[in-house]
Amino acid sequence: MSIFPHGTTIKDSLSIEKHPHSGVGSSAKKIDAIDKLLGRMRYTDDISLPHMVVGKIVRSPHAHARIVHIDKDSVLSMPGVLDVIVGADLATKYGVIPWTKDEYPLAVDKARFVGDGVAAVIAESELAAHEAMLKLHIEYEILPSVLSTDEAKAEYAVQVNEHAKVGNITKHVDLSFGDVDGHLANSDLVVSENFSFHNTTHAPIEPHCAIGDFGTNGRLTLYSSTQVPHYLHRTLTEVLALPAHRIRVIQPPVGGAFGGKSECFDLEFVVALASMRLKRPVKILYTREEVFLAHRGRHPMKISMTMGVKNNGEILALKNSIDIDGGAYASFGMITAFYAGQLLTGPVGMKSYQFSSTRYYTNKPACGPKRGHGSVQPRFAFEVMCDMMAERLRLDPIQFRLINAVSENSETINGQKIGSLGLKEVLNQVAIKSDWHKRYKNLPRGRGLGIATSMYISGTNYPVYPNDMPQSSVSIRLDRSGAVHIFSGVSDIGQGANTVLRQITEQELGIESDRINVLTADSDLTPVDLGAYSSRVTLMMGHAAMEAARKARCCIADAVVLKLNQNSDRIVESRDLAFAGSRVFVRENKELGMDFNQALIFAESMHGSLVFSGDYRTVERGGDYRGGTIGASPAYSCTAHVADVNVDEDTGKIIINKIFVAHDCGRAINPLLVEGQIEGSTYMGAAEVFLENFLTDEEDGARRGMLVGPSLLDYRIPTTLDTPLIESMIVEIPDPNGPYGAKEAGEGPLHSAIPAVANAIYDAVGVRLTSLPFSPAKVLAALKLRNR
Amino acid sequence: MTCAHRFSINGRSYESLIEPSDTLLAVLRYRLDLIGTKQGCDKGDCGACTVLIDGQPQLSCLTLAQLVKESEQVTTIEGLANKEGLDLLIEAFDQCGALQCGFCQPGMILSAKALLNKNPRPSLDDIRLALSGNLCRCTGYTKIYLAVMAASLVLSNQAENLDQAIEQLKHAG
Repeated sequence: MSIFPHGTTIKDSLSIEKHPHSGVGSSAKKIDAIDKLLGRMRYTDDISLPHMVVGKIVRSPHAHARIVHIDKDSVLSMPGVLDVIVGADLATKYGVIPWTKDEYPLAVDKARFVGDGVAAVIAESELAAHEAMLKLHIEYEILPSVLSTDEAKAEYAVQVNEHAKVGNITKHVDLSFGDVDGHLANSDLVVSENFSFHNTTHAPIEPHCAIGDFGTNGRLTLYSSTQVPHYLHRTLTEVLALPAHRIRVIQPPVGGAFGGKSECFDLEFVVALASMRLKRPVKILYTREEVFLAHRGRHPMKISMTMGVKNNGEILALKNSIDIDGGAYASFGMITAFYAGQLLTGPVGMKSYQFSSTRYYTNKPACGPKRGHGSVQPRFAFEVMCDMMAERLRLDPIQFRLINAVSENSETINGQKIGSLGLKEVLNQVAIKSDWHKRYKNLPRGRGLGIATSMYISGTNYPVYPNDMPQSSVSIRLDRSGAVHIFSGVSDIGQGANTVLRQITEQELGIESDRINVLTADSDLTPVDLGAYSSRVTLMMGHAAMEAARKARCCIADAVVLKLNQNSDRIVESRDLAFAGSRVFVRENKELGMDFNQALIFAESMHGSLVFSGDYRTVERGGDYRGGTIGASPAYSCTAHVADVNVDEDTGKIIINKIFVAHDCGRAINPLLVEGQIEGSTYMGAAEVFLENFLTDEEDGARRGMLVGPSLLDYRIPTTLDTPLIESMIVEIPDPNGPYGAKEAGEGPLHSAIPAVANAIYDAVGVRLTSLPFSPAKVLAALKLRNR
Repeated sequence: MTCAHRFSINGRSYESLIEPSDTLLAVLRYRLDLIGTKQGCDKGDCGACTVLIDGQPQLSCLTLAQLVKESEQVTTIEGLANKEGLDLLIEAFDQCGALQCGFCQPGMILSAKALLNKNPRPSLDDIRLALSGNLCRCTGYTKIYLAVMAASLVLSNQAENLDQAIEQLKHAG
């Protein structure tokens, strides 16, 4: 834990004075809203550099094929064509997890899925690049392909990725906590059920885009629509063999990411290398189809779960066995295999727990971290199991969960240290708003209510690559102009990180927002932040911002004290000072003080230039066993959803009328933004229940391994007409590890939306659906079975 | 092949060299620097490229530039701010927090603009229908409905300003 100047600690931030229009706790407007709304914000594809040329990536039409020959000469003589880049030009393996570097920027030797990048053409214009792409002759030797976990497990299965030590396994995890078999034997009721969760993808509206600009000074500038500019920086260094100090990574505003832009993609390496070779700026903008192929979306999982309970509702044991379909590369998959088990032990706990998960390579676009990485799938299974158990024990599902609630300031069965956890409060909120106790089990046939809960991390204690440096740093520069500049490597991907930075600075320095300028995600200018993933930003960046501002405050206070004591008989000390209303003054005597600008002039006179920095680092790493650090977080959020659903028994169609959601985010630094995260998460979860399905053609033949309809027409992300009404409620149970008590809000509120709908369907028509997505055909089949 | 073409955009006349295959989207973004119009799919599925042509929402990625006549008034998002200030919808989206990444908003706002021009007091269902061609991946649409309704209350003189309109709507649930 960082110690702040003057002996104050982070805990001092838990009780704050709130102002309605500025600072922490206010629903301040987004710092970049007007620019975005007026179309003035420059996203990556809005940047155009002089003499810029265009790249296109040629992709494998086969699910698994050896690359025999690429006939570069077939296109190099075409008008406007400048260069062709192939795998051998960038033959260094990389991967976001340091232990699973298993992919090349462009395929070397063999392509592992339909859409794997094999070569890139660079040309003067988009049209010329496109024509060259079509003409480039590539000879393949087609290999047998593996398209499911069953095929991947088969004894004679072909190996998809040679990084696998055994067969097609990316990662296998077995962990056990407590005496599961003994507890199962002592249970009054044991139920086992199989669940399956399908493949879904992020589908941000902005396609991935990158620009490489290699300068005559030997420095590379890379612009990319990434949510992890720091990892991109590190990986570019490795792959290009260019020292990190000669690379500048700039992340312009990102048009949606949701985890889909949280590792490196082929286009970033290609534009970098092409610019280095051509000495011209090079841009690649993915087509919508390429966004689907890049994927890194939700892992399909087959889950077998066994739960043992006492008649009083106490969960004695949980066994969880998970097969994970990973696609062609590891991505974050090593973590996924852990998360699939590790994040299930709260807010509803159990006396003993065992899980076994295995992630397999298959010849499909790689899966990765989609919002609620690895834990959305088992959460669905677990929360449906809870509903089944409550039903069998004749307990209200809310009561069942409260009986098994993990207490605040405790440890879960797998060693995760819980601070604040508002399970009771979130359940209470959704119960009231949905009129649960009156309506549950009492609605007319065809309509039902369902409830579910979840818990999620606010960042991970252990950084993705092992190091002892801060996870997030913020620097602040103030000067005689009265301006306050905030610099942070953080990625604002729409969630509002830049706005939060401004609000924390306002809060700490008591100044108005218009003098605060926030500059983020430019590796030349801003200190490192590891990126916008695992819901880490507000907690980690927030700490760093608070520390930087407090150091500034301390320094300014020293100068103000010196000045005030010159003109006064009474000795003023810095702890007597207040910072508010853009003034620095003696708390007990408001007249005695000066405006903020004047204070900065004195501070600059006394100390020289005013530059300060703050850091956040996690000291504690997590459970004392192999894998114990994975899932260990400084703070855990808590969510409850109630879904109100209609099921049409004639057509099998599900209509989600409304979803009520309450989320404990510790402290809402900006309630408007927190609501936005809760609503957006809930929408995205609901979409996975009945609409979205990322399908691969598994039939033998020419289409084997191809995506079915990689477009926003065929992959049905909800329109306004499909999206249920969502009512969100913020619950604030401040956590001692969060800045001002804040925990995450961006991913947790997705999880329980899905099982809430599943449980509502049971209440409506009495069928348990366990295999997502719930298509009308599946609903009808289940109804038919019920009627028998 | 390449020819000069005149457009009337946001009340101003523009001339650009265009190819027969150029879409209106490509001309706006890459030839006229009107980058506010966004490309999300380039095939008419997402609505991010929506512009108004004579007041009607149109997908500029499916509109061939050469077929847009000089007599037709094109409105892009840049046209919603002028010397007098910002369009009410822009302010309503800002105040309601009806954006996150901001990428779909230009198209979304233009669809809403077309709706309010036709129907100053739309119901929630009217709004959902009118915006159903504009995909937003961040917000779950909730705050977008609120913004459009708030703007409509002000435009139809049922509220004096946005603050009052938002208060009214929150009370009404």
